Amino acid sequence: MATETQRQAPTAGAATAPAAPAGSPNGHVARVRVPARSLRSELRAIRVVWRRELIRFSRDRLRILTSLIQPFLFLFVLGTGIGSFASAGTHGVNFKTFIYPGVICMAVMFTAMFSAASIVWDREFGFLREMMVAPVRRSSIVLGKVLGGATVATFQGLIVIAIAGLVEVPYELSLILELFALSLLLAFAITAFGVMFAARINQMQSFMALMQMAIMPMFFLSGAMFSVANLPQWLAVLNRLDPLTYAVEPMRRAVFAHLDISEAARKALDPGVTWFGWRVPTALEAAVIAILGLAMLFVAIWEFSRAE
Amino acid sequence: MSSSPASTSTAITVPAGAPAGNGAGPVPAVVVEGLVKRYGELEAVRGIDFTVAAGETFGFLGPNGAGKSTTINMLCTLVDPSGGSARVAGHDVVRERDQVRRNIGLVFQDTTLDSYLTAEENLRLHAELYGMPRGAVAERLRQTMEMVGLWDRRGDLVGTYSGGMKRRLEIARGLLHSPRVLFLDEPTVGLDPQTRSSIWGYISELKRDEDITIFLTTHYMDEAEYCDRIAIMDQGKIVALDTPQALKAGVGKDRVQIQTGDDDAAIAALRERFDIEAVLAEGAVTFGVPAGEEFVPRLFAELGQPIRSVNVSRPSLDDVFMSFTGTTIRDAEASGGSEMRRNMARMMNR
Repeated sequence: MATETQRQAPTAGAATAPAAPAGSPNGHVARVRVPARSLRSELRAIRVVWRRELIRFSRDRLRILTSLIQPFLFLFVLGTGIGSFASAGTHGVNFKTFIYPGVICMAVMFTAMFSAASIVWDREFGFLREMMVAPVRRSSIVLGKVLGGATVATFQGLIVIAIAGLVEVPYELSLILELFALSLLLAFAITAFGVMFAARINQMQSFMALMQMAIMPMFFLSGAMFSVANLPQWLAVLNRLDPLTYAVEPMRRAVFAHLDISEAARKALDPGVTWFGWRVPTALEAAVIAILGLAMLFVAIWEFSRAE
Repeated sequence: MSSSPASTSTAITVPAGAPAGNGAGPVPAVVVEGLVKRYGELEAVRGIDFTVAAGETFGFLGPNGAGKSTTINMLCTLVDPSGGSARVAGHDVVRERDQVRRNIGLVFQDTTLDSYLTAEENLRLHAELYGMPRGAVAERLRQTMEMVGLWDRRGDLVGTYSGGMKRRLEIARGLLHSPRVLFLDEPTVGLDPQTRSSIWGYISELKRDEDITIFLTTHYMDEAEYCDRIAIMDQGKIVALDTPQALKAGVGKDRVQIQTGDDDAAIAALRERFDIEAVLAEGAVTFGVPAGEEFVPRLFAELGQPIRSVNVSRPSLDDVFMSFTGTTIRDAEASGGSEMRRNMARMMNR
């Protein structure tokens, strides 16, 4: 709405207000007119919030490095150590190859969580306020944030995907693309999950404690480190309820599809997730992650729109 | 408001074509009617009314916790009012939130910059968030950064900036999208005196060069002097609103502070012999009398108590504050002791 030249009678009761100093014309500084809100301005806001995440990530070399340490520890230290005595049960398959899909998920998950945590930093250091008072929808801010976090986390996943050869996983384009797509989906869902919590938490310590409580059980229950075949009933139930299961399993299925191994090994190591005996197809597993991610995104948007 | 003598009107800028003249004028920058904010039991803002004309520099003065920040947060749409209404740049702060946001610039007490980005990146991000026309960004960015003297440092990470530089950058950012109203919440708090005065230099420059209304809060008395008008806020209410000159003239008494060997005896003696209610404020026996200099010889002759030093001062905004609230702003922040405040109010208004 153009109010620049709008004129109206002074409000009644404004009697005490002195007149504006008339000696203040538009001086040498050019005025800029900010146009009304539109889809385009929302897209610009999403893009700039997304880009900020990337800039910050690229400047934070230490963070890139530290978030890779954990997956590499799991893959090469734990993988080698456990692999030496687990070899009896793996039918000749390298244990590192077996846990490789789970480690990709881990890399993605931790980076996504840290990206979401940056909302808590933003609040502590005030920058969140700058975004909150901007004349754009809160949903644009949240969406930009989630997409930014997802991009950064997928990038970390890509680094792990890039070392496939070290754990005897072949470099095949179809496999790489599938792993990439699943990483992207997981990165999006986990960032949305983190942002949803970050909306209500003011302190970094609380957020980190909460993340530990959420992430570690999710990771352990997902079958990232073990086969989901022949689990005791209680663990099988928890495993099927863990959303991360539906990211680890299709990745493992994709990796194993490109391995030349015995039928017995396939049956023991890649039995697939079943619901009451029915093997859940990859597309449905991906849909589970996508739907959960979208649901959490909407909760996050709702929370930020409602917060003052 | 106690009084606003006509003699002070010369000090106010009274431009030609004032709105009162022909009934037409620019939309007032801020119109507030019966604004209330409650947090549960606590009433932080208890029904305030005021109007800020376009182009005015308007100051909110009061101790911490008086409700200044809550009011400013309501005006910039960050907090929903519990009652009453407010219009900023002609738009309702609740119903037309986005129009309000597009028309205001904000500089908060605490920094809201991203210290991992450079100064220029921070400003460009702001331009994108506010949907500024792309072609206009570069020129405007240069203008605002030059204005606050940071153009040469535009490529530095904000994390390497000093506190004063950050505040200047925030002012540049607040102005980037050419707001009609610039809100400055305690713009100089926590800065050294030199930086404070340079910040005020920019604000004066702004008033000269840009067609902008400035709305600021402060608890520094000397800074309130820069404002065209001041609203004194205390405990959620506006207790006085006028030009600094009129407010000071309205006090009508000089402030006398004496150091004595026995403060209680001195206060008692003042009451007995001069019928003056004095109190202890900021460590000295303090009272107000008309024509302070002429009173001092009588004081020495008749008090009957040894006096170590005397200080007579013309009414300052401190005295204005004291006359309306019964305490100095510093003591209000230190203690908030209500009984002392009532005594002081009685004394100054006698």
